Amino acid sequence: MAVTVKIPTQLRAATDGESTATVDGSTVGEVLDALYSRFAELRARIAEDGGLRRFVNVYVGGEDIRFLEGLDTPVSDGDEVTILPAVAGG
Amino acid sequence: MPPESLRCKECKTTYPLDARYVCERCFGPLEVAYASRADTDPDELRRRIQAGPHSIWRYADFLPLSAPPRGTLPAGWTPLLRADRLAERLGLREVWVKNDAANPTHSFKDRVVAVALARARELGFQTIACASTGNLANAVAAHAAAAGLESYVFIPSDLEEQKILATGVYGTHLVAVRGNYDDVNRLCTELSGEHEWAFVNINMRPYYAEGSKTLSFEIAEQLGFEIPDRIVCPIASGSLFTKLARGFEEWIDEGLLSGELPTMNGAQAAGCSPVATAFESGHDVCRPVKPDTIAKSLAIGNPADGPYALELARRTGGAIDSVSDDELRQGIRLLAETTGIFTETAGGVTIAVLAKLAERGDIDPAERVVAVITGEGLKTLDCVRGTFETWEIDASVASFDQAAAGVAVAA
Repeated sequence: MAVTVKIPTQLRAATDGESTATVDGSTVGEVLDALYSRFAELRARIAEDGGLRRFVNVYVGGEDIRFLEGLDTPVSDGDEVTILPAVAGG
Repeated sequence: MPPESLRCKECKTTYPLDARYVCERCFGPLEVAYASRADTDPDELRRRIQAGPHSIWRYADFLPLSAPPRGTLPAGWTPLLRADRLAERLGLREVWVKNDAANPTHSFKDRVVAVALARARELGFQTIACASTGNLANAVAAHAAAAGLESYVFIPSDLEEQKILATGVYGTHLVAVRGNYDDVNRLCTELSGEHEWAFVNINMRPYYAEGSKTLSFEIAEQLGFEIPDRIVCPIASGSLFTKLARGFEEWIDEGLLSGELPTMNGAQAAGCSPVATAFESGHDVCRPVKPDTIAKSLAIGNPADGPYALELARRTGGAIDSVSDDELRQGIRLLAETTGIFTETAGGVTIAVLAKLAERGDIDPAERVVAVITGEGLKTLDCVRGTFETWEIDASVASFDQAAAGVAVAA
């Protein structure tokens, strides 16, 4: 499954400046693993203890994966995965 | 106490004081760090504050700006009122109401926007923007108009009409997004990476959040430089709640106040209570929720400062409680009937939680309690519809007498 991952500006130093990456995977966890194997530095920045750091939000098609199945959330060909930092209220 | 750097709250990495909000190393939130002040006499500092303007700029020494700005809407210096009739109804002795509806756009958001906008101008931005549940929208549009800056305001399309009208009037670019606040926030977080705009609650967040400290500075100063025993404050993202405590801590460190932090009580609406739920179940992170409450100004399902709010409530012996929409309506009525202050839904949540704490016996009657009222009732009029009766009569004495029959009418 080819999935497009959108990289936030704060992480682009770890992706050679790339704002998107297309990787393979059938779940969000697999997609992130594929991303880490391409950009090794990313793992240390957003992953922790096999999961994600607490201020990292990941969305599939605009929906927060915590409302889906977390890292086990299935993804399909052409899906868009977005990584974003948590932000304050208003 | 000059601002020195931005610092990650998680891993402590420091960054220059520019428009950024996320640690590139660990994705944690950044906040402003200040250089410690050398040998400042607290009496001298107190005199400087007291000689300052009647606005948040009297606390400029504690804000992340190079200099206090000129020609801005004067935010802050709102009344702190002793509410004896409210206290009596709740069986308490000393309750105060900090009425932040008395700000230029009628909510505490004028404080945070004033600071964020001032810093944005120092950094050379021409356009400011925000994602908002309504109060922030009003404030950004108004302060941008006063400063002559372009603004973009993003709101959920189902927001209360009063808040939409009271934003559009200032001539902003008003963008209604089909989705809830968390959707709007996600969109704006993406947009902030693509535009050279100062999003007050995103890339300007470290400066924005500092504005909330002025609420605790004012409360302390208005109490004669004393710390209240307990604060009851609404929680949406948790930013205000945590920065209130930071304000008291900074003044304790400066020698302006003595004693300990107040007991910190947070208030959420049951229909959007990720922080209260985590508090009750003993968790240190919040599981996001889909909001379903009339308290739209508190309808943030994914609270960024939730973990810090939980830690603060526990550390100070406080709690984070939630109340139903009916209870919050009663809270609005209770405050209005006992103090003459008409608050919006968030204030109803705060007063309803105060009532709950009093009823539960959590509050020692000898305590000095401050309830923080963050916004104005005229912005959420619909929620009080049907909570009282009106007599409709003909313009005749007979018609009035008929309507009044059976009811004791004051002579």
